[in-house]
Amino acid sequence: MTVLVIENLGKSFGGVRAMQGVSFQVRRGAVHSIIGPNGAGKTTLLNMLTGLYVPDTGRVLLDGRDLTGLGPHQFAAAGVGRTFQNLQVFFNMSALENVMTGRHLREAASLLACLLRTPSRVRAEAACRDHARELLHRVGLDEWADAAADAMPYGALKRLEIARALAAEPSVLLLDEPAAGLNATEAHEIDALIKRLAGEGVTVVLVEHNMRLVMEVSDHLLVLDHGRKLAEGTPDEVSRNPAVIEAYLGVAEPALEASDA
Amino acid sequence: MAHAALSVSEPTAPGSRRWMQPRTGGLALLAGVIVLLPLVMRNNYFYEIAILVALNAIVCVGLNLLIGYAGQISLGHAGFFALGGYGSALLAGTAGWPVWASLPFAVAAVGVLALLVGRPTLRLRGHYLAMATLGLGVIVSIVLSTEDKLTGGPDGLSVPPIVLFGWTVQGEHTWYAIVGAALVGTVWLALNLIESPAGRALRALHGSEVAAQTLGIDAARHKLRVFVISAVLAALAGALMAHYAGFITPAKASFMHSVELVIMVVFGGMASVFGAVVGAAVLTTLPQVLTVLKDYEMMVFGAVLIATMVFLPQGIVPSLQRLFALSRRR
Repeated sequence: MTVLVIENLGKSFGGVRAMQGVSFQVRRGAVHSIIGPNGAGKTTLLNMLTGLYVPDTGRVLLDGRDLTGLGPHQFAAAGVGRTFQNLQVFFNMSALENVMTGRHLREAASLLACLLRTPSRVRAEAACRDHARELLHRVGLDEWADAAADAMPYGALKRLEIARALAAEPSVLLLDEPAAGLNATEAHEIDALIKRLAGEGVTVVLVEHNMRLVMEVSDHLLVLDHGRKLAEGTPDEVSRNPAVIEAYLGVAEPALEASDA
Repeated sequence: MAHAALSVSEPTAPGSRRWMQPRTGGLALLAGVIVLLPLVMRNNYFYEIAILVALNAIVCVGLNLLIGYAGQISLGHAGFFALGGYGSALLAGTAGWPVWASLPFAVAAVGVLALLVGRPTLRLRGHYLAMATLGLGVIVSIVLSTEDKLTGGPDGLSVPPIVLFGWTVQGEHTWYAIVGAALVGTVWLALNLIESPAGRALRALHGSEVAAQTLGIDAARHKLRVFVISAVLAALAGALMAHYAGFITPAKASFMHSVELVIMVVFGGMASVFGAVVGAAVLTTLPQVLTVLKDYEMMVFGAVLIATMVFLPQGIVPSLQRLFALSRRR
């Protein structure tokens, strides 16, 4: 079943066409990866899928609802969650508070109840705390719960962002290079985590350069190049696609032979 | 099963240390100081200063929510302070309302004004609010000075006392109790707000506005709400001040007064409720103490400000907290 539909998305920055006519569909509970060389438009696409950029052309539909032109907080309310390539952790909070902030949409708290700290608010706050601890456990950060975010190592912060995004219980989770800058062990933890999430029925859209990870976790791939769709399909189909090999994977033996010669 | 047992026992565990937490401990300390202070206050002059400290602290706690938590600066809070005072004074004096109606009405009206000013400006990123409030403060100040038929002009306006059920609220001791209770209440509300989803939303916006928005936090709405709260607290303090002093002048709306309030917040420590109280206390009493220096008063005052910001750059309370935490870790 399709959860997210992208139709003919286009975006220019001044004279630069960052994206042209990209269409693509995301199935519920599957892991979809977006790959492509630097500057292919992957992050631009994610920014349009979270309302941070408004596309010049095309539409974004979530569960059949047109979200085009809405603000980022409205995309979030509709059920889109994300992490960031360059960390956007709340460094002025603890790890636990970061995740509790992720519960924002799930907390129906009136300003008056917040100011007066009503008994029901106190109970909700305790429940929110427990839920956040549970999520930290899920991404393997139990021991960091009470640590200040600015005292945490990079790999832990990457997982903290995932826990924070999950806290909102999004229908689609967008991960922007979750393994970037991680060592091999940490990257393996991320791919185990993504597989676990997929197993739990979370729909994941992954932007990633680590091809081993992409090939291992993805059900479906979208290949972008210079803001256009180059190819789409299962990891197998895409890795055999000559256009992809030429533009991105660049494995081609002829090139090796040429350099030998 | 093991995990379920853990989560049940957890909420009670920190309870044993509740008095150690800054929230309850700080609130108890503040209340204790307010209750015990009369033991050392020898005459009405001390009470006058203490009342002034508490009123400034109420404004600063609100302003600190805006500056320290929402990351927005207001350069017009003296305007809200004066409007609260003049509003209640005019409704009670000229229009003959009872003060129990004039004061809440004036304070609420200032809240509405803040909403109207904040709504268009807080949608924009950057420090547009500082510009808008600067303009508003100047306008309020000019109007209060020039509309002398209504406001009494630069000479000021006499303000009727608060009368509740035939009892006239007067005397330094009574006012000290009222204003002290109001301060404790304000601090309690501010602490509650910070440790709630609304407070986390503000801190999140300060930490990373982009990330906050992608978690569903409506930046403009949350900034606007805290701006309105801070304006309402300023108006409340202004109205209490007017009825306490029995007199109000346009100087209360001056740009300098707005700047003083911002300095108190920064001096005491941004993003610290108790910092705002300490900042207000120190910077309200310091000029009184320094009057013995006569001509050198402003020089020493300036030197104290500079030294504090050099040696305690995060403001008094957060910097001292950090030093304390470091010394305990060793």
